[in-house]
Amino acid sequence: MQIDFTHKQAAHCENGVVSNLMRHNGFEVSEPMVFGIGSGLLFSYLPFLKVNYAPVFTYRAMPGLIFNRFAKRVGIKVKREKFKNPAEAKARLDANLEKDNPVGLQVGVYSLPYFPEEYRFHFNAHNMVVYGREGDTYLISDPVMESVTTLTAKELEKVRFAKGAFAPKGHMYYPISFPETLELDKAIMKGIKQTSRDMMAPVPIVGVKAMRWVASNIRKWPNKIGPKKANHYLGQIVRMQEEIGTGGGGFRYIYAAFLQESSRVLNNESLSELSQEMTEIGDLWRDFALDASRIYKNRSAQSDGYNHIAEQLEAIADREATFFKALKKSV
Amino acid sequence: MKKKEVPQDHSNLASANIKDMVYAVDENGEYTTELSTGWEPKTIALDNAIKEIEARVEDARQRVLKNETSPIEYYMELHKMDLPILASYVGLWKWRVKRHFKPSVFKGLSDRTLQKYADVFEVTMEQLKHFES
Repeated sequence: MQIDFTHKQAAHCENGVVSNLMRHNGFEVSEPMVFGIGSGLLFSYLPFLKVNYAPVFTYRAMPGLIFNRFAKRVGIKVKREKFKNPAEAKARLDANLEKDNPVGLQVGVYSLPYFPEEYRFHFNAHNMVVYGREGDTYLISDPVMESVTTLTAKELEKVRFAKGAFAPKGHMYYPISFPETLELDKAIMKGIKQTSRDMMAPVPIVGVKAMRWVASNIRKWPNKIGPKKANHYLGQIVRMQEEIGTGGGGFRYIYAAFLQESSRVLNNESLSELSQEMTEIGDLWRDFALDASRIYKNRSAQSDGYNHIAEQLEAIADREATFFKALKKSV
Repeated sequence: MKKKEVPQDHSNLASANIKDMVYAVDENGEYTTELSTGWEPKTIALDNAIKEIEARVEDARQRVLKNETSPIEYYMELHKMDLPILASYVGLWKWRVKRHFKPSVFKGLSDRTLQKYADVFEVTMEQLKHFES
């Protein structure tokens, strides 16, 4: 059986799944809108948590949060189910497809056959939609792919029951109730307020303060942990900034697109100006990634290079601090 | 980023027929989307991460041959795993998995335990027991 489902590629998987599921249910909401209302933008540094033998840096909110916040703010209800038993997970999925209900799934990317080898790490917070089944083959709409694809029942079970951090445990989700009309105004304001607040949070691991902390650590790395490890850590910063579809700006461009769209919805000119400012900040993040990549490309361990990119990061932190203060006042 | 500046560098995405979709502004300052074949800084970061893993795999292989560790550590590295990930796949405590890295402990493992590892690594029990360089 196949549900009539329109696949639209997105920059990022979670926004893309939400946007595609919303469209299927008759509500046209763009990917940046989902990202902005769900307060997807963030910066966080978790030095005590290691992934691939390097600390965790993230430029976005925790997996699942974007959809939850978006749903709460626009007034839709989401049903989420997790499973211990793969057979039960499959049965519930099949039952939904039977009812013509396409569902979102959280999956691990390590065993996704259509991903290139270089992208297949033990990252368990990827999202996709299943929109049908033909015998043993499931029809998949993966938002980061240009077109739809398929997975066998066995392949699907493997990615649904990947293990490790954020293990999906068969996690399946879909919206079950909608408001009569989608009121975006208030939802946008709530989303913006939370992002401004989070980015200026008075804790060292989140927001602008976390950027400054990373910058000061970058200066210390070459002497403290040696050039090899320091370069590996820098690579991790860039890889996280460069999750699929961020365009090098660590999700800043998606957020700028959200602000531009919001300025029209709210009829608020200052948001349009802030969108331009965010685009420039995104460009600075790109420059930062470019210069960081030059260090580990040349395997150079000159502390000059590290100091230079640390300064760049501090400059970005200053710009973002000013930016989020202004953003908070604008709505 | 301007739409015409969206990087179209060579990357491994092409081999899998994937293009990144990114947001960029057009000549009128309006946000739109564009597909990208890749960006060099990202490609280098990914390549380095892969090389790092390859070095770890080779190091583990050498240590298995020298009888300093068990094939379990080798296969763990080969599958890009670390201790917490492997432990959660086989459903054992981390300290137990780590203990199984000891060649002397590995030799005494029950077939049932070995089968768990073999399933996760998608190898046969024979392959796991008799490591071939």
